[in-house]
Amino acid sequence: MQELINKAKELLANGTVVRVLGWRAGDLSYNPEPAFFETEEDLQKFVYDGFCGANLSKYMIEASKLDGKTLVFLKPCDTYSFNQLIKEHRVDREKAYIVGVGCRGKLDIDKIKEQGIKGIESVEGTELDGPDTLTIKTLYGDKTCSYASAMLGRCHVCKGKEHMIADEIIGESKDTKDAERFDAVKAVEAMSPEERFNFFQKELRKCIRCNACRNVCPACSCRKCVFDSNKFDSAQKANVDSFEEKMFHVIRAFHVAGRCTDCGECSRVCPQGIQLHLFNRKFIKDINEYYGEFQAGADIEARGPLTNYTFDDVEPSIVKERG
Amino acid sequence: MSIGANEEFRPKIVAFCCNWCSYAGADLAGSSRLAYPADVKIIRVPCSCRVNPMFILRAFERGADGVILCGCHPGDCHYSTGNFYARRRMTMLFSMLDYIGVENGRTRVEWVSAAEGAKFSATMNDFVAKVTSLGKNVRLGDLRCKN
Amino acid sequence: MYKIAKENLSALFQKIAGDKELYLPVKNGGQTNYAAWDETVEVDIDTLKTVKSAKDAFFPQFETLYNVKREGKKLDLQQEALKDKDFVIFGMKACDIQGVKVLDNVFLSEPVDTYYAARRAHGIIVAMACHEPEESCFCKVFGLDAADPSAADVATWMVDGELYWKALTEKGEALTASVKDLLTDADEAKVEAEKAQIRAIVEKLPYSNLSLEGWGGDATDVKFKSPVWETLYKGCLACGTCTFVCPTCQCYDIKDYTTKDGIQRYRCWDSCMYSDFTLMAGGNNRTSQLQRYRQRFMHKLVYYPANNNGMYACVGCGRCVEKCPSSLNIVKVIKAFENEGGSKA
Repeated sequence: MQELINKAKELLANGTVVRVLGWRAGDLSYNPEPAFFETEEDLQKFVYDGFCGANLSKYMIEASKLDGKTLVFLKPCDTYSFNQLIKEHRVDREKAYIVGVGCRGKLDIDKIKEQGIKGIESVEGTELDGPDTLTIKTLYGDKTCSYASAMLGRCHVCKGKEHMIADEIIGESKDTKDAERFDAVKAVEAMSPEERFNFFQKELRKCIRCNACRNVCPACSCRKCVFDSNKFDSAQKANVDSFEEKMFHVIRAFHVAGRCTDCGECSRVCPQGIQLHLFNRKFIKDINEYYGEFQAGADIEARGPLTNYTFDDVEPSIVKERG
Repeated sequence: MSIGANEEFRPKIVAFCCNWCSYAGADLAGSSRLAYPADVKIIRVPCSCRVNPMFILRAFERGADGVILCGCHPGDCHYSTGNFYARRRMTMLFSMLDYIGVENGRTRVEWVSAAEGAKFSATMNDFVAKVTSLGKNVRLGDLRCKN
Repeated sequence: MYKIAKENLSALFQKIAGDKELYLPVKNGGQTNYAAWDETVEVDIDTLKTVKSAKDAFFPQFETLYNVKREGKKLDLQQEALKDKDFVIFGMKACDIQGVKVLDNVFLSEPVDTYYAARRAHGIIVAMACHEPEESCFCKVFGLDAADPSAADVATWMVDGELYWKALTEKGEALTASVKDLLTDADEAKVEAEKAQIRAIVEKLPYSNLSLEGWGGDATDVKFKSPVWETLYKGCLACGTCTFVCPTCQCYDIKDYTTKDGIQRYRCWDSCMYSDFTLMAGGNNRTSQLQRYRQRFMHKLVYYPANNNGMYACVGCGRCVEKCPSSLNIVKVIKAFENEGGSKA
């Protein structure tokens, strides 16, 4: 972490960048927030640990509109989002100095709480080079849990430790993949239509339409969202009927299909723990099957699968044929 | 659902037809006196690619029991490539609808040229029969639109 | 004071639900929220905080106000029926109840919101003490006692597998009478011990000593103009999570939905974080996220107290602390002003 701070200080001092986009330490040990730093003094509160899960690429859309360069710290998976944003001309590569930071999987406080750990006073061992076990001090006694058991769901299907884009890389990364990316989608596909309907009905009924999934999503970069239009008679902020309950997320997933890098931010931020990645990954899986392997954000030049075609593409009736 | 109930049931079908091929195909079906059920409501669009996935969802929201999209045969698009894009989009959308448990018989894409009046009529007859057998669309749809 | 064994609670719920609607914390898909009770639901009264507050019971996220139907040249207006049956909401915590009081000041003052007033009149609140308060809790800061939810109709405590039950109001007495054959007499010793234990934990919570000095109805000028906001809001994604999980946020939007032959007028919660909040024909009076962010906290800590005898529109439930996607929250705002010396002004 000190290396990152030193780099930030150096680049601020020599005028390469005018601001730094990173994470500011929270008031609890697990709630750092995305923040901009403009002075050496500000940087005293800079932090980088296991709870810095936020994908800062999204904030670069706004930062690209400001004068001067911004130093941004991106984890390997965040760099896919950044690339995708470059491709869509939503961020300016010239306005960014990218330091790729090491990552050994990011933590989810809810995963710790799910293990019955309450009243958390501090979580130790979250640093990049920390131990495999977290030590958690709570009001109800000290607890421990393994780092892997507290990781965000997305880290279990890690896309790899390589940064897709960076000006320089600081820190070692680890591939934390220990599950197959499409297993959860396959499990749903294996259900009968009735079971699938009931499953999604149950998941989506939890939605409170807070729009956190949309607002955190680096692919949702429209200046004005279709759901924010007052001419659109679908409500933007409430599931007023069963249709909206089901369709908001389908429409959103479709809008980002072929552009979603599967960064997993939507599932991370959902206050109701809806497994939103099940929608995005379904599209990714279909795209891979029908139009060839495609990873959004891996290659700036490649044409997106839904803005491309071949004469011999599968017909939509494939959906029925595959049963 | 009993067969008796199905006999009463008349589905609401929305057919998006491209101006250059399928709409002309529907015309030909008419002038050739080839019958297809009046349950099919045709909406003419400039190209199959004009059909935003939202159109399909909106049709369902507003009470359609089945939605079919007809366009020129791949390679014959009036605008060269429109239907290629439509094909990918609809594949993705239909797959997603199937995934969330909506019966896949309620959606279809068919390529119908201006010369294929017979195919248009046959397609519509078949689609209406299929949707009729599936019954009312209860999994998608907005309660507020019902009487 | 009465008591009932935890394993007999489903009989209690069944009994209550026999003649009244019953809402209580229910686990669905791993998340606990208030929902109507029936025999199939998974009741979860062990989770300290539901994701959404109990606000929905009195001020639902979505409700139809009336329907207009067109028949020929006539318009037929049908108002949605007001709540006319008693219902019980079980398991509310001290903070949730205080949240309802905050709503009362808004909806029950002139002009009275009849939909809300009807629900309030028919709602019977069975509160539960917070068995194990968590680090995100700071109700003590607002003078609430997590150990003794005294503003309810019935207060309960879960101690050693037994629910202790104490009626506090006439409504509560009536409810108690209706379920009396399931309850047994109990003495207060165990409850007193539980209260002491809860209060001891509350003392140790990291936010319990948060200072509100400098906030309140008179702070508008100083706080509004402070440069602190300019750094605070930067991480905000402009989603509505904080507003929708908050027990005191009361802003709503009224919209029309065009139905087959008329309109359905409904209201739903709104969020001051959204770009179309208070959008008028002439545009919006808060155009930047900084302004929207500031509005939310100024409303809770300055404007609301200014209009309600110093009562804050925050109850310290800590839901925003737990749920904000960017880990921003009201505690960080209060602390930021503390650090900047803003509170001394």
